[in-house]
Amino acid sequence: MSLTDSIPNNVDLASDPKLLRALEKWQPNFLSWWRDMGPDGFQEDKIWLRTAISVDSNGWAQYDYVKMPDYRWGIFLAERKEERPIQFGDHIGKTPWADVPGELRGILRRIIVTQAHTEPASVEQQRLLGKTAPSLYDLRNLFQVNVEEGRHLWAMVHLLHQYFGRDGREEAEALLERRSGDPDKPRILQTFNETTSEWLSFFMFTMFTDRDGKYQLASLSESGFDPLARCTQFMLTEEAFHLFCGETGIDRVVRKSAELTAKDPNGDARKLGGIDIPTIQKWINFWFSSAVELFGGEISSNAADYFATGLKGRYREDKYSDHVAMENIYSMDVLEDGRLTKREVPMRTALNEVLRDEYVEDCERAVRKWNKTIEAAGLSERLFLPSRRFNRSMGMYAGFHFSVTGEPLTREQFEAKRDEWLPTAADRAYVQSLMKPVYEPGQFASWIAPPLHGVKGTPIDYEYVKFNERER
Amino acid sequence: MTLSFDTHPDRYKHWKLSVEGDIATLAMDVDPQGGLTPGYELKLNSYDLGVDIELADAVQRLRFEHPNVKSVVVTSANDRVFCAGANIPMLGSSAHAFKVNFCKFTNETRLSIEDASAKSQQKYLAAVNGPCAGGGYELALACDEILLVDDGASSVRLPEVPLLGVLPGTGGLTRLVDKRKVRRDRADVFCTTSEGIRGKRAVEWGLVDATAPKSKFADAVKAHAATLAKKSGAKSKGPGIALGPVAPRIEDGVFTYKFLTMKIDAAARRADVELRGPDGAQPKTADEIQAAGAMQWSLHAFRELDDALLRLRIEHLNIGLLVLRTRGSVDAVLAVDEALFQAREHWLANEILALQARVLRRLDLTSRSTFALVDQGSCFAGSLLELALACDRIYMLADDAEKVAVAISSLNGGLLLMSHGVSRLQARFLAEPARVERVLATKGLITTADADDLGLVTVAPDEIDWDDDVRIALEERASMSPDALTGMEASLRFAGPESCDSKIFARLSAWQNWIFQRPNAVGPQGALTKYGQPDRPTFDWKRC
Repeated sequence: MSLTDSIPNNVDLASDPKLLRALEKWQPNFLSWWRDMGPDGFQEDKIWLRTAISVDSNGWAQYDYVKMPDYRWGIFLAERKEERPIQFGDHIGKTPWADVPGELRGILRRIIVTQAHTEPASVEQQRLLGKTAPSLYDLRNLFQVNVEEGRHLWAMVHLLHQYFGRDGREEAEALLERRSGDPDKPRILQTFNETTSEWLSFFMFTMFTDRDGKYQLASLSESGFDPLARCTQFMLTEEAFHLFCGETGIDRVVRKSAELTAKDPNGDARKLGGIDIPTIQKWINFWFSSAVELFGGEISSNAADYFATGLKGRYREDKYSDHVAMENIYSMDVLEDGRLTKREVPMRTALNEVLRDEYVEDCERAVRKWNKTIEAAGLSERLFLPSRRFNRSMGMYAGFHFSVTGEPLTREQFEAKRDEWLPTAADRAYVQSLMKPVYEPGQFASWIAPPLHGVKGTPIDYEYVKFNERER
Repeated sequence: MTLSFDTHPDRYKHWKLSVEGDIATLAMDVDPQGGLTPGYELKLNSYDLGVDIELADAVQRLRFEHPNVKSVVVTSANDRVFCAGANIPMLGSSAHAFKVNFCKFTNETRLSIEDASAKSQQKYLAAVNGPCAGGGYELALACDEILLVDDGASSVRLPEVPLLGVLPGTGGLTRLVDKRKVRRDRADVFCTTSEGIRGKRAVEWGLVDATAPKSKFADAVKAHAATLAKKSGAKSKGPGIALGPVAPRIEDGVFTYKFLTMKIDAAARRADVELRGPDGAQPKTADEIQAAGAMQWSLHAFRELDDALLRLRIEHLNIGLLVLRTRGSVDAVLAVDEALFQAREHWLANEILALQARVLRRLDLTSRSTFALVDQGSCFAGSLLELALACDRIYMLADDAEKVAVAISSLNGGLLLMSHGVSRLQARFLAEPARVERVLATKGLITTADADDLGLVTVAPDEIDWDDDVRIALEERASMSPDALTGMEASLRFAGPESCDSKIFARLSAWQNWIFQRPNAVGPQGALTKYGQPDRPTFDWKRC
């Protein structure tokens, strides 16, 4: 297959020598990265996956069986019916940039490289999960998420290749050189170096960590740099499924947990092979606190620069009335002499926090759903989100200690509660002990309930993965 | 607040000094809350004057207290960063004069690292184990070798021009092309690329000497440090001597040290410094120099002068004129000089001479008018004659009894060089090199008439004229524009060739200090002002 055939695209790849040259070199490296760092095993199996072959409503989600190395990772920019001017910042009302403005090269490069690094990392972190999938449905969803994260890497690499010349090509190479958890070349952010060794963490990752991605992409889809805006807008359509996997995955674990808790005479879900609600809460505490770090410092001159230059907006910029945001202030909880007080911060430097607010609200909505599931099972326990100050290692709360509800604590007070709030080695060992593969169509592991529906109208017992028998 | 330049490794807030065999490690771990003044946080191993005072202390102490150390590893104990350079909010909120003096001090500290390498064979290795920006890279540039971690992320960078609208303030530009001899067009790209350069290309361009992967970095540091130690060529030295504090007693603008007094006359905008010569028995041999330790006159008096100069620079900005007098015996100074000269191969004599040279250079670089008054009872001989030669003018009393005299010692011949690599006599008699030899050949006391004849004296008033002539000269000088005087003096003091060191200071005072004043940096819309603010800088595009 020629390069242009193997890469579905709407960027006129066939007649773009610059892009062709870059991808000719990059594609083999990408495939070798996929083989080294993508799912361990399963590469010869046929997976019922969706592939985007165009951006219209029929083309963006084509389902068929495909071997993962044959997956057609494409390059797409969302279509825009009409050109709209830059929506915010110092260049508001001006024509969006179709090429990189020289004076913004450094900032734009940093935005794209930062986003690009998050994409391949999760594939690397999740590479062993296939071996312990709780069902074929989940196995298929895992691989769907993985190939699409791979495509999102392509999307960012396309921007680097197309708009940043030699430097962009080198940076794209470097994206494949860094590896999650690699002691020599780790991923930039620590969250992306934690291994995801069991499925509860996978659901937490797709619920909480990928959801950061949604908010970052949504902010970038407002960008005055038109290719970035359109590229991230299309990524969002795919990202929605990843978040769905996380949110419903946790809901299914919660549903099973509630069911088993009600069933066990002592109310102990673990006795019946489930994951008890307090353990789920600890996983939420860990993953939520790790994900909120991704939004960056509470007071950030980078965030202000990104907004001022019109390169990164707010989540749904159109719902704001003031798109310049120079006059407003944001009232922030800061720790002074061991006590929380309010500090007023210029709005633009608080934009990371503004985005974090949107995110937290969205996460709270999901928690309410899970609690409805618990309530429906007749249990009185409830899940909650920890305070965004809890368990932080970056930003203004790093280096201090807070309870799950956000009260300042001494180190001793925190340490005394640590095992109550965060997963212990024993908790991890227990969850890990449940991880046994279930590959029979329609069957599910003991600790998770089936989904309400199959994928794209298929029955739940659909053969989502056709194993290559010779391999097995 | 009264600033102190006295510190000790036991009290460091920001550095950890450890010594193992002949290798020392200086690990930077800046306490974000430990800034000298409130109002800024020292995030990501960024530094202020307080951090640099500790570094300067460590570099000096390693030479005197750990003379057997042959290589020094400068690294970071912060796992996120090597060093982010000078703290920007601190600079942004500082007055111009403070910025200038801060940069001058940090430059002198970087030069003291290079001086330790050249004069004490203590070789410095920058073990850059994380991102390294601005002053952080300039610190690395001051080291003999730079080893960069190759983790795919850590780069070296000088983002001052693209991000802050100022220049790297501690010799970065000069060291790039003059010391490391990076090609000028590559240096141009490097200095305008805010994200910096990492890995293989950094080595290719000569920005660093080598890289090592993260997992092998610690071993690579050890290996490089050991090789540097081997190459240092240092002979066995020591035992080291402990440097005590030089803390003066401060009362009503009078700084009283053991061998020195500095009086601040705020109304006259003048500081009068009196340095007292050696008194009593002085060490005559290498062994006696070793035994005399840190309090011997030749060492302690110059440390006191160093401290006085720093306090004057940082805390007494309105004092425009420094008047230097000495009191004591010319013969006693000559004897101390001669002992040092004869013992100059001995490590401690060598260190004392290097320290005297550094203090004299600090005087050369002090942006105050400096007048030496050679009068009755003075002892401007040898090492102390250098003080006078460092001054903008020398007034020498033509006394009837012909008692007032200066004298030459072996140290005037080239052991106490200026930062551009020539002696003060050479710079003084640039037109007549033969006169330098004539002056150096003089033996014993040089009376005022002879000194005048030799060209060592600016003005030689007699006893009747002295008081008025001197008073008027001091008052007149103190009345002129401080800016013009600073520029004029810096231009006149360093006649002769340039060196990497002198270029650094020349460019710092000419370019950086100019840019630090310009609206494009510090105006309401300037880049330094707008750094970290919600809006972006705007520039006045006129080139000048």
